[in-house]
Amino acid sequence: MDRPPIIKVENLVKKFGNITAVRGIGFEVEEGSIFGFLGPNGAGKTTTINVLCTLLSPTSGSASIDGHDCMKQSALVRKSIGIVFQDTTLDKDLTAFENLSFHAYLYGVKKTEIKGRVDEALKFVNLYERKNDLVKKFSGGMKRRLEVTRGLIHRPRVLFLDEPTLGLDPQSRTNLWEFITELPRRHNVTIFMTTHYMEEAEVCNRIAIIDEGKIIAEGSPVELKKTVGGDVIYLSTTDNEGSLEILKRTLGLDASIKDCELYISTERADACLPELIRTLADRVLEVRIKKPTLNDVFLKLTGKAIREEGAGATDTIKEAVRAYRRRH
Amino acid sequence: MDERGSVNLTIELNAIYVIVAREFKKFIRERSRLISALARPMIWLFLVGAGMSRLVRPVEGVSYTQFIFPGILGMTILFSSIFSSISIIWDKEFGFMKEILVAPVSRFSIVMGKALSGTVVSTIQAAVILLLLPLVGMSLDPVTIILVLLVCALVAFSISSFGIVLATFYESYESFSVIMNFIVMPMFFLSGAMYPVKLLPQALQIVSKVNPLTYGVDALKHLMSPIREGPMSPDFPFLTDIGVILLASVVFVAISSKLFERKG
Repeated sequence: MDRPPIIKVENLVKKFGNITAVRGIGFEVEEGSIFGFLGPNGAGKTTTINVLCTLLSPTSGSASIDGHDCMKQSALVRKSIGIVFQDTTLDKDLTAFENLSFHAYLYGVKKTEIKGRVDEALKFVNLYERKNDLVKKFSGGMKRRLEVTRGLIHRPRVLFLDEPTLGLDPQSRTNLWEFITELPRRHNVTIFMTTHYMEEAEVCNRIAIIDEGKIIAEGSPVELKKTVGGDVIYLSTTDNEGSLEILKRTLGLDASIKDCELYISTERADACLPELIRTLADRVLEVRIKKPTLNDVFLKLTGKAIREEGAGATDTIKEAVRAYRRRH
Repeated sequence: MDERGSVNLTIELNAIYVIVAREFKKFIRERSRLISALARPMIWLFLVGAGMSRLVRPVEGVSYTQFIFPGILGMTILFSSIFSSISIIWDKEFGFMKEILVAPVSRFSIVMGKALSGTVVSTIQAAVILLLLPLVGMSLDPVTIILVLLVCALVAFSISSFGIVLATFYESYESFSVIMNFIVMPMFFLSGAMYPVKLLPQALQIVSKVNPLTYGVDALKHLMSPIREGPMSPDFPFLTDIGVILLASVVFVAISSKLFERKG
């Protein structure tokens, strides 16, 4: 890392009354990358985002964005970030154009530039034709695209996406990801996103996994998946015994027979598969590959799948936050 | 300006402008809100006023309908200012408030923007109600009309900022009817709009005196009614009215800026 990190968090703690939502986390995000913050609901993801975007002050620890302290220089931090919250924050009674120009005014974009920037932003998400339609007529996917592009109008250095695909149908979800992965290159922006869909985190350059307020693993998706072992190839052949011999002796692979199938454990299945098929030639009947997923990583680290969310725990935290707000 | 980062005046003014512009656009767009905003004062003026005129004799040639005209202006301002500020609860419920709160603008500007939103839409409605003056047999010279509109704007500003203070305490729009029934309606009835404050029982007079709308209605009576003596005359000196309204505005803006700072 040549340049200083664009986001730096050290020893961050946030308590709501006697519930600790974040227990001393720290991480750095490299400029121009996509950083994924993963964990089940109630793990502390949104609390961390709220501290980073200056909506909450932490109990202790520090956080900075682009060199600005999130507590002491909140105005400067707010200027250099864009945020797409979990729940939509559009005004449904205004048009797409009005929502975006409202944002441009709030962030001090020069008056002469506003129309140009808003039009460009709408074209970028293919909503230019609908610019004068009220937002309440838009589908969930369109609203999300509009929010993401709105977050970019003031040209922030960091764009926060909190569960960006929550509540979207699979097709809109795929479209949104294609669009998001292009952002760092096209808009020179760093992406900080949270999700509890592990498969969606594959697009990240780096991932931190958070559970119960603590970071339990950090690395690239490939690095993290390595921690749960390599790929597995399942193979059916006309002659399993003979094939096993060949695999072990000629190719030096770690193979065995399980449930009338050959089971080969290897670092990278795609790399050794051509060689394997060429060697066994006509004996091969069927091949299956299983690659480890980030969900396997989470499972290994916590002993539970990410989706088995302790709904109870989430509600307890939300309730505590609400009670805390009422009192203060 | 403070250690949280420099305050840029252009950005703050732009923010205030765009918050007001949004409210104005929505006000014009929602026909039903506009129509009911104008229908309510007409019902009070022509239905309640006409009936009560039979009970209450004219004083110095001033009929009951003419007597309540300043109060009806005050009511128009009260409802539309509170409604405008209470929309903050909607914005919280539907998330739009977050978009405003994460922007690099001060809480003070957000509060000013909201208070001025209520001021603008309320003063426009008050101006429309003034068009009814000939129908109740009243006429005012242009200078007085300008003064009346200025006072309306001041009253609208103070009531709007009071509405913002209210809105910071509620999280969901279900509280709307609570606010309407237990705060707005009593404020209207105890403002001297329908009957003079000096005729109220002692206990209610005290409540009237802490009601900012009372001074607004009283200032409008000074400008619009010729009666200077007897029960239908204004209750306080004109300068006291203006002073209290200004003071209330400053206090409410200060409180709501503080509350926004904390809750934001």
